[in-house]
Amino acid sequence: MNTSLNWIKDLVPGLECTDQEYMDAMTLSGTKVEQGVRLDKDLDKIVIGKVEKVEQHPDADKLVICQVNIGQDELIQIVTGAPNVFEGAKVPVVLDGGRVAGGHDGKLVEGGVKIKKGKLRGVESYGMMCSIDELGSTTEMFPDAAEDGLYILPDDAVVGESAVSYLGLDDLIVEYEVTSNRVDCFSILGIAREAAATFDKKFVPPVVKEVGNSENVNDFIKVRVENNDLCKRYTARVVKNVKFAPSPKWMQNRLRAQGIRPINNLVDITNYVMEEFGQPMHAYDLSTISGNEIVVNTAKDGDEFVTLDGQTRKLDENILMINDGEKPVGIAGIMGGENSMITENVKDVLFEAACFDGTNIRLSSKKLGMRTDASSKFEKGLDPNLALVAMNRACQLIEELGVGEVVGGAIDIYPVKREGVKIPFEPEKYNKLLGTDIDKDTMISYFKKIDLVYNAQTNEIEVPSWRQDLLCDADIAEEVIRFYGYDKVPTTLPNGQSTTGKISFKHYIEKMVKNTVEHCGFSQGMTYSFESPKVFDKLLLDKDDESRKAIKIANPLGEDYSIMRTLSVNGMMTSLSTNFGRRNQNVRLYELGNVYLPKQLPITELPDEKMKLTLGMYGEGDFFDMKGFIEEVFESVGMRDKVEYSPESKLNFLHPGRQANVIYNGEVIGYIGEVHPTVASNYAIKGRVYLAVLDMESITKNASFDYKYKQIVNFPASTRDLSMVVPKDVLVGDIEKIFDQRGGKYLESYKLFDIYEGEQIKEGFKSVAYSLVFRGKEKNLEENDITKAMKKILNGLEGLGIELRA
Amino acid sequence: MNEKLLEIKDSAIRQIKEASNLSALNDVRVAFLGKKGELTAVLKSMKDVKPEDRPKVGQMVNEARKQIETILEETKVKLEKEALDIKLKEEVIDVTLPAKKKKVGHSHPNTLVLNEVERIFTGMGYEVVEGPEIEEDYYNFEALNIPANHPAKDEQDTFYINDKILLRTQTSPVQVRVMERQKPPIRMIAPGRVFRADEVDATHSPSFHQIEGMVIDKNVTFSDLKGTLTKFVRQMFGDDTKVKFRPHHFPFTEPSAEMDISCFKCGGKGCRFCKGEGWIEILGCGMVHPKVLKMSGIDPNEYQGFAFGVGLERITLLKYEIDDMRLLYENDDRFLEQF
Repeated sequence: MNTSLNWIKDLVPGLECTDQEYMDAMTLSGTKVEQGVRLDKDLDKIVIGKVEKVEQHPDADKLVICQVNIGQDELIQIVTGAPNVFEGAKVPVVLDGGRVAGGHDGKLVEGGVKIKKGKLRGVESYGMMCSIDELGSTTEMFPDAAEDGLYILPDDAVVGESAVSYLGLDDLIVEYEVTSNRVDCFSILGIAREAAATFDKKFVPPVVKEVGNSENVNDFIKVRVENNDLCKRYTARVVKNVKFAPSPKWMQNRLRAQGIRPINNLVDITNYVMEEFGQPMHAYDLSTISGNEIVVNTAKDGDEFVTLDGQTRKLDENILMINDGEKPVGIAGIMGGENSMITENVKDVLFEAACFDGTNIRLSSKKLGMRTDASSKFEKGLDPNLALVAMNRACQLIEELGVGEVVGGAIDIYPVKREGVKIPFEPEKYNKLLGTDIDKDTMISYFKKIDLVYNAQTNEIEVPSWRQDLLCDADIAEEVIRFYGYDKVPTTLPNGQSTTGKISFKHYIEKMVKNTVEHCGFSQGMTYSFESPKVFDKLLLDKDDESRKAIKIANPLGEDYSIMRTLSVNGMMTSLSTNFGRRNQNVRLYELGNVYLPKQLPITELPDEKMKLTLGMYGEGDFFDMKGFIEEVFESVGMRDKVEYSPESKLNFLHPGRQANVIYNGEVIGYIGEVHPTVASNYAIKGRVYLAVLDMESITKNASFDYKYKQIVNFPASTRDLSMVVPKDVLVGDIEKIFDQRGGKYLESYKLFDIYEGEQIKEGFKSVAYSLVFRGKEKNLEENDITKAMKKILNGLEGLGIELRA
Repeated sequence: MNEKLLEIKDSAIRQIKEASNLSALNDVRVAFLGKKGELTAVLKSMKDVKPEDRPKVGQMVNEARKQIETILEETKVKLEKEALDIKLKEEVIDVTLPAKKKKVGHSHPNTLVLNEVERIFTGMGYEVVEGPEIEEDYYNFEALNIPANHPAKDEQDTFYINDKILLRTQTSPVQVRVMERQKPPIRMIAPGRVFRADEVDATHSPSFHQIEGMVIDKNVTFSDLKGTLTKFVRQMFGDDTKVKFRPHHFPFTEPSAEMDISCFKCGGKGCRFCKGEGWIEILGCGMVHPKVLKMSGIDPNEYQGFAFGVGLERITLLKYEIDDMRLLYENDDRFLEQF
């Protein structure tokens, strides 16, 4: 919402403040100012001048020398190249040292252009006569200004006075962010009422009188509203013998300040009233209305209608239409029809001011893809009490401006009158909510400013109907501090029963995990939760892969953001790809983020959101480094049992021979692997990429910090080396399982120190060497203790086809 | 005899003094005190001494030995020290040679800010809670006093899965979920991902984060809201941060406010950073609407409280002077390693 400050000041006599004071105060009382723009910010020393004499420039064909009266004793000489200058013309003149907003080409210059006296082809010039563009506006806004050349001002312009104020450019245009609850503030009167309350001045709205001749509107038109839910009120009046003319300067200036182009008296009046009251109006050519009848009703599915912009619109049964006796003549609250629009030949006009259901207008306007000035007002949900007063205001202006003859009486279909609500006055409650100690009378004085009536008999606050946002104590409390001042409310801290600050165990584990992986060199990335369904192909997933069962967004930003991820891999690969493309070397990233697993498709209940820790890296480091990182994560959260890796993960996006499920306590809690070279290439990464994805829920479940101290043993250790020839398909993990199962209580640890395949080893076998450490906890081990344990181990190994090396 | 001893002693002392290093010194020790040393030889020749002279000679020999040993020891300490000094001198390193450092990863700047926010609020007795990112329409809108067809629903450009389920547009639904399961007093913050249908550009992202906060108790007031948030921003941005609360409207709070803080770049004078305003809008807040309390099963006649919502990225961008929001989701290593 924008308003001209001049217009506001006219409605709030005695409002004296600087632009900045106005904007700050309005913001602090709840009408937030986004910005204020002075129309004359780049205009300086510009007066109305009259060209007394025009002579040809001796040395330039296209220039003339003018003697200009600027209301001083002497004429000033100005050289101009403007084609439309003539003796007797009144024009805006910028004097020596003044500024204009831009060039006559319509290009605005930040800070304006300074005008200095000087010589033009050898002839002194003491200023410049201006076009409308140089004044920072356009011929669009000032239709009477010349397209090319000086702005020749109307005759009523007074020589020597400020051209800026004459043209209404001495104004501040204030842009407000009006919140959706304050429908009343989408109007000049609403803002002016707030301004008056803010500055503690009297608000003086225009006095609206019902004008009209002795005829009766009912003899001209009948109105029937078939759908009272969607049309809460319908008022209509008739104006006869319309004579078009430009509207007066004061009205044009106000409309221009509101950013509205003046057109003619009739159109300008409807626009003026829409700005002033926030109530849209529509005018029909009465001669096109068949049967002298208006019927308000919804359209039929599939109906078509041509709006006044010439477009054909498809309708449905939820769209409210204005019809005459035979046909639709307008889409209610959105746009009139071509068939009933006002043309220059119009004689009699039917005026409509109605109140349509905001939600219906909003939905219809969305459906039709047409958001008009009218619909954007209606969709906020107007006060139906506005309709008639706005109608009468328009007719009053019609009469004042001599646009036509207003027929007596108004049609007003208003079955359920909207009354203002009454709210009990509870000052203690407001103070209790606010933490203030504002006395009752002060509160009542605030109410008075904004037309809330305090009824001492009933101890109730009577809320005017335009304040649809005031319904309960909290709403009234807000009105109280708005005017008391948010800044005056004390600052305290809550003192009730104390509470414990905490984070959940899950959250704590996440923090631990972040620390650990960061120490392993991984930086934290964040990627979107939605992605393209194409990523499944990019990741080589089978057509029936479970991961393809993703939740679809009904209204995505585009296919690329259309499904909720079921895998965290794409985000990681995309980020690695970005880094690779930018030649960043040795990149390690991690992400902690959710994947979304539907319980059914299409979903009927919320899906499972599973948080995944995803590690990705390229450059330095290999599969076994990645294993190490995983195990460091586990160790840091107290997961000290043995981690197992089984190569049965079978993930298409990973290298078929270099991937594994990560198993902890018998449960698969993630996977690790080298990215399949085709996938890496799909993401434009050359070289090997490694991934690990771990389920945070499982990690949280297994995490424990319940450590118990074990006695540190000082008995000496004995080491036995074990060199084996192992069938190729036996995993080292299988050998270690034998150690774990058969090593006995004295086997303290074991360590792989050599693995070899090649010439000296027979075909189909590999050489594997371990060093095993034995130690007694209560005694020095004897040779026999160790031999027994070794024997058990060797028996076990034999079962796997393993032989000792000679 | 005596003369001979004196001679040996003098010779020993002279040779000790001449010894320039530890091994030469050791040679001297062996030459005089060793098994075949000169002084040892004197002792061995005791059998030739007359028995009555033996104690005296013995004493003389021992004294000579003692003296030699003392000087030997002193010289040894001295030479050892000299040797150590030389060694230390030789071992001087250039301490400005590069460190051997393992590359350490970095937290996302959003995480750093969130850690700070969590630290401040847990310190004030708040619990950090979470809620689902894919949410029911009821929790995201209706229970927050935004009924069907409310214009605020349009304003928020919601991503829908279907009529009932959507991607949450705000973290406020967590308020409702907490109130439904927990009796007051409640003090919580709920950080998390939210989604709005905004095209990606320097200042917009369809996915970003908010931090919701809420306090419900018997006597929590608007002045408590002001005090709490003032304390928060002063801990976050510095003790001299000035605050301004402006009236605003949110469907789920009444009265509502927006909070501005003095620009931490220019201190309020006005700069490019705060667009010349001197103030930066930082969060929205208000007293929880009685309808919201009631819908969540809390009696608004008994309890009241406040709520606030902060845009995490907004603080991150401001705090670290990041001028393009897209940087936060690209995960360029050269960006991340700066935090």
